[in-house]
Amino acid sequence: MILSLIKKEFLLEFRQKSTIGGVLVYVIGTIFVSALCFKGRLDKPTWNALFWVITLYTSVTISGKSFLKETGGQALYNYLHYSPTQFIISKTIYNMVFMLALSFITFFFYAFFIKNEVENLGLFFVVLTLASTGLAAILSLMSAIASKANGNFAIMSILSFPVLMPLILVVIRISKQAVDGIEWAGVGFSFIGILVALNVLTIALSFLLFPYLWRD
Amino acid sequence: MKNWYKILSVIFILYTLVWGLLNPVPRLDILNETIRNVYYHVPIWFAMLFMMTVSLIQSVLALTKNSLDNDTKAFNAAIVGFFFSLPGLTTGSIWAKYTWGTWWTFQDPKLNGVAISILIYLAYFILRYSVDDELKRARISAVYNVFAFVMMNVFIMVLPRLTDSLHPGNGGNPAFSQYDMDNNMRMVFYPAVLGWIFFSFWLYNIKNRISFIKNKLND
Repeated sequence: MILSLIKKEFLLEFRQKSTIGGVLVYVIGTIFVSALCFKGRLDKPTWNALFWVITLYTSVTISGKSFLKETGGQALYNYLHYSPTQFIISKTIYNMVFMLALSFITFFFYAFFIKNEVENLGLFFVVLTLASTGLAAILSLMSAIASKANGNFAIMSILSFPVLMPLILVVIRISKQAVDGIEWAGVGFSFIGILVALNVLTIALSFLLFPYLWRD
Repeated sequence: MKNWYKILSVIFILYTLVWGLLNPVPRLDILNETIRNVYYHVPIWFAMLFMMTVSLIQSVLALTKNSLDNDTKAFNAAIVGFFFSLPGLTTGSIWAKYTWGTWWTFQDPKLNGVAISILIYLAYFILRYSVDDELKRARISAVYNVFAFVMMNVFIMVLPRLTDSLHPGNGGNPAFSQYDMDNNMRMVFYPAVLGWIFFSFWLYNIKNRISFIKNKLND
């Protein structure tokens, strides 16, 4: 059941080429504008911060709409056919896969247009993976809340930015270590532990809380 | 005697205001006399955290019992907690000016955490005002409140303990002994904590009574 829901999400996404193309153009456009603004004069901390700011805004824009189409008749259909836990899990998994692909694409273009400052690529990819899954998990629940609150986009950003901050600050800190090329032995694993814990915590809370958002 | 906590809160707060300025304190470098702020700054934050916890409990009750009363109580507790965050921030800022030499610093995870939690509760209020239907508002805002409370605690409780902080008791294990409090100070500090917590609870009860009277008048 969860698999069929995820499949449906992907079908819908790829059937409307405008959305997926829009996302790509959005990412590339943002990176290109930043590249022109900075003209390559970025030191390492700025490089790191700018990358995560771009990723943050992209993820809020993309995941923000993940529940917006589930209103009206569509919501009623979902309500009759699926259980809330199946629904939120499939949405979260779908968003995670999508965000994962998107953040790697973002990194590719960011490295291409600006430059690649990362010295410990392995650690950076670990952080990128955990960050995208964490972002996707938190934003799925926030999107569900925003869609119930008359679904305007401002609400989505207002609700998400403060709750995303713990995740983003931890991510920036480890990512800084990856950019500086710190060897694996010196890496702050307690922070990676916190990232994993935030992921698990968010999924558990979505699992518990989403059923209350479900009935209208 | 159901008003005992109100009487105690008045006595404790008056006592800490007077004796907090008169009693002897240890002479410490940099802190000097400003150490007395520990009687006002810290208890006010404890009162805020207490109200946020009350808000969380009421939100969970609102979800499980599907009740509007609990939702109103959760909202009132959040308002009172938010109200307490403002003097907490002001006293902290003044203290920082005289000890760290600046009103605000981004180096300290506790300060960032507080700024974020204030943003979280502002978002909670905006969310409430953007939904018109009462039952729907109760459910949605309770879900956000529970989620935000957990994230806020990750921020205020967990992160500062892992990173360097200018606050005492962080960057390692938090402990009250690190405030360098002697027994003289404890004589004022513990009543102050209780006094402000009772005071916040009193405000919360008054807000609840106002809301319920308003609801009755509307019906």
